[in-house]
Amino acid sequence: MPKADSLQGSLDLLVLKILSRRPRLHGYAIMTAIQSMSGEVLRAEEGSLYPALHRMEEAGWIRAEWVTTETGRRARLYELTRAGAKQLDLEESRWRAVTSAVNRVLRMA
Amino acid sequence: MSIWSRVANVFRLDRTSREIDEEFAAHMQEAIDEGRDPEEVRKAFGSLLRQREASLDIRLLGWLDSLRSDVVFGWRLLWNAKATSAVAILSLGLAIGSSMSAFRIIDALLLRPLPIREPERLYALFRKGIGPDGRPRTTASTEYPLYRQMRAAVENQADLIAISYAARRDLSYSSDEETEKAYVQYVSGSMFDKFGVRPALGRLLTGNDDLSPGAHPVAVLSYDYWARRFGCDPNANGRRFRIAAVEYEVIGVAGRAFTGTEPGTITDIFLPTMMNEGVTQPNSSWFRTFVRLKPGASANQIRDALSPIFQAYQEELAKGFKGWPKDRLQQLLSNQLVIEPAAAGVSGLQEEYRVALVALGALVTLILMIACANLANLMMAQASARAREMALRVAIGAGRWRLIQLVLAESALIALSGAVLGGALAWWSAPLVVSMINPPDHPVRLVLPADLRVLGFAAALAAFVTILFGLGPAVRASAVKPASALKGGTGPRSRRRMMHVLIAAQVAFCFLVLFDTGLFTATFDRLSNKPTGFAADGVINVITGARPPQSVLLWQQVARQLRSLPRVETVALASFPPLSGSMEGGFVAVNGGQPGGALVRFLSVSPSWFGAMKIPILGGRDFEESDASPGVAIVNQTFANVYFNGESPVGRSFETNRDHGMRCRIVGLVLDSRYDDMRGPMAPVVYRPFRSVDANGQFRTARGAAFVLRVSGSNPLALVPMLRREITRAGPGLLVSRIVPQTELVEQQTIRERLLAMLASFFAVVALLLAGIGLYGVLNYSLLQRRRELGIRIAIGAPARDIVRRATVDGFAMVLAGAVTGLALALLSVRYIESLVYEVKATDPAPLILPALILFTAALLASVPAAIGAVRIDPVEMLRAE
Repeated sequence: MPKADSLQGSLDLLVLKILSRRPRLHGYAIMTAIQSMSGEVLRAEEGSLYPALHRMEEAGWIRAEWVTTETGRRARLYELTRAGAKQLDLEESRWRAVTSAVNRVLRMA
Repeated sequence: MSIWSRVANVFRLDRTSREIDEEFAAHMQEAIDEGRDPEEVRKAFGSLLRQREASLDIRLLGWLDSLRSDVVFGWRLLWNAKATSAVAILSLGLAIGSSMSAFRIIDALLLRPLPIREPERLYALFRKGIGPDGRPRTTASTEYPLYRQMRAAVENQADLIAISYAARRDLSYSSDEETEKAYVQYVSGSMFDKFGVRPALGRLLTGNDDLSPGAHPVAVLSYDYWARRFGCDPNANGRRFRIAAVEYEVIGVAGRAFTGTEPGTITDIFLPTMMNEGVTQPNSSWFRTFVRLKPGASANQIRDALSPIFQAYQEELAKGFKGWPKDRLQQLLSNQLVIEPAAAGVSGLQEEYRVALVALGALVTLILMIACANLANLMMAQASARAREMALRVAIGAGRWRLIQLVLAESALIALSGAVLGGALAWWSAPLVVSMINPPDHPVRLVLPADLRVLGFAAALAAFVTILFGLGPAVRASAVKPASALKGGTGPRSRRRMMHVLIAAQVAFCFLVLFDTGLFTATFDRLSNKPTGFAADGVINVITGARPPQSVLLWQQVARQLRSLPRVETVALASFPPLSGSMEGGFVAVNGGQPGGALVRFLSVSPSWFGAMKIPILGGRDFEESDASPGVAIVNQTFANVYFNGESPVGRSFETNRDHGMRCRIVGLVLDSRYDDMRGPMAPVVYRPFRSVDANGQFRTARGAAFVLRVSGSNPLALVPMLRREITRAGPGLLVSRIVPQTELVEQQTIRERLLAMLASFFAVVALLLAGIGLYGVLNYSLLQRRRELGIRIAIGAPARDIVRRATVDGFAMVLAGAVTGLALALLSVRYIESLVYEVKATDPAPLILPALILFTAALLASVPAAIGAVRIDPVEMLRAE
């Protein structure tokens, strides 16, 4: 099982991607989404998820809003901003470039 | 978002951390709701505190947060030491306030460019040399025919603009009885256009309004006057008013910013130069010539082009001067034309107050330095008290810059509070000081805006002050070595040395302030107690004008009528009152010889004028009703000394270059009295009968004269309404222009000196107070530092005398060093204030000994608490506490 640390560099990408598919999620939902969508392979620790969320919020890629859920609980929901969508494109293409390069190395070696 | 939200988050720190906590809580609740083990969830989250800090770091602007916390911390420190902080802020506020008021006034009068297009291209012409009275002078006055020639000569390089001296004139809007006063300036029609001034209403003067003498009775009002006199009523346009015999029509109002070219006077009405009678008179100089350079021209080039024209004109003019002494004429002809920048305008007030204001500026700077030295010492003492705290901060990893920031934040808080306080003080005090320059009938009106210039100065001052008193202590505090500081402190000697240097500097500055104050007050004292030669108490001058001029017989007739009024003891006439700013000069020859070099003053007076003024008649007789000018004269002692070697001049005669060179027989000799100034030596004066006849034996007319009344009882001004009424009734054709007690005219001679003496005395008290507080603080601090040593000395039996000496000797050494330095500075400063002092010499013992005595007394007082404290140290208690 890969540890959370192995998510390095890709956590932003995952969060942005998830928010682009499913807008308005709270932190816990994002965490479980990463877990389930990766087939329980990837796991974002709270200790890295929230700093990442807050950093991206300050960078203006995502914005947050306090709402009251059906269960009557207050939750902070995140959604993608326009700058975030651009950033997602950028990170996605960068990720593809890196993985294909890594794959090429693995094939050649 | 981004930077702004991070800045904002710093200031809503509580809310931001609460939100983060809430989000974490919601997260955990969500997990537990999904059926996960609460214990496990909490563990997975790790340290909540660390998580929050991590998120906060992201959401806050780090340096701003640390600055904020430093400011809050500094504020707490200041708040905890309320008394000390209050003294610090008050003294700094006083110093900054004084500096700001001084800056506001200096800026408004001397520095601020006129609100016109390209003020830096504006220059003014002056003639510099020896005046007719044999004294050096610089005057801007120009004759119109000369101006015309000069204007044509440099047409391609510069525009010449004539602007008369702003003069307070009588004018009337409806009937002639209701006169009012306004500042009137005759200006070249092209002035508004060249200055880029736009109308607020109607139109402004143009070159076409200034073509031929007497043909353009049009007027432009200043915005200030329009607002004051007409409440900004647009119907003011087209209103008509009379000045002398001419009726003018208002054609417009100048833009709001333009208030004329004489700082200290706000012009009310602008008239075309062509409406001044002087435009056709070749020997009447009545306006200033401004030069507006065209692109590419230089001021020196203009001067070189104009100088020959000026010289030729002067020589031509001098050919008409009869009865002048040769050397005076020669001196007059050697006057030079000079050109000076006039971006800030030109005014008499500037000339009179330039040196005085710079001297005051220097005094307030010294006060500021003293206050800064005090604060630096205070911060230094606090820093030493906080050495342990600082050491602790260093030990847990605070950087050096962070410590400097911590101490500077506190200094900045003090400086800022001081600046705010000072701003309020300056807001109130600058207009007050300007109002003190006010001679009653000639109110000085200085535009004192609180704009970016003033705010910028305040901000720069606050920053400068912070650096000045904060940086030293801050750097020193940051250099703390944790190991030794936590162990119990290193020797505070170096810190004390620094404090001592500051105290010595304070004392030196204080000495300087006290010394200069002594000179100023002595000057005021000498001048205001100088005998005038007449008894001003109880004398009222009613200055009256007549348009058209009225026969001297009418004036005499009105004077006789006034004699019957209650409380009036004596009524006389004079062409103008002494010390009223008017002067009539001429040259005199005796025994058919060459005219003497002294400029003789002339005054026409009626019989009993000497009685009204209580000027004693030393020989001969007073004028009689039958005397008429020319023919007879009364002279003063100085005249007799200069022209008759002190022998009695009664019965002798002289010729003057006035009255067509008529011979005058001297019928009386009177005691010297002040004529046109208080400072110089007494001038030779010739009194002539007010009743004068021309060459054909006809009585002359006069355009103005003063009724001089000696009245009984107190408050002579209560008679004013009655006098106005009576003169209007008895003398149709006479207009009362001003009623002024002679005492007021005398006081006006020393307005500047009184102002200087008052402000300097105030500053001297402040300086003394601040220096005293400073010395007290440092002695107390040293005492605190040396308690252990002194306690041991007491324990082993040192006598009280020895303990007191040890506790205070350093202080007195500093005072002595400071006083000696101050003395040297004081002697140097005299050179710069020479023109402001009168009959006081810097080398007199009094101005040197007095400040020294005052300083040592203050030092003695300031060291009493330290001395008492030292003797009272209880060695047992002290050693136990250690």
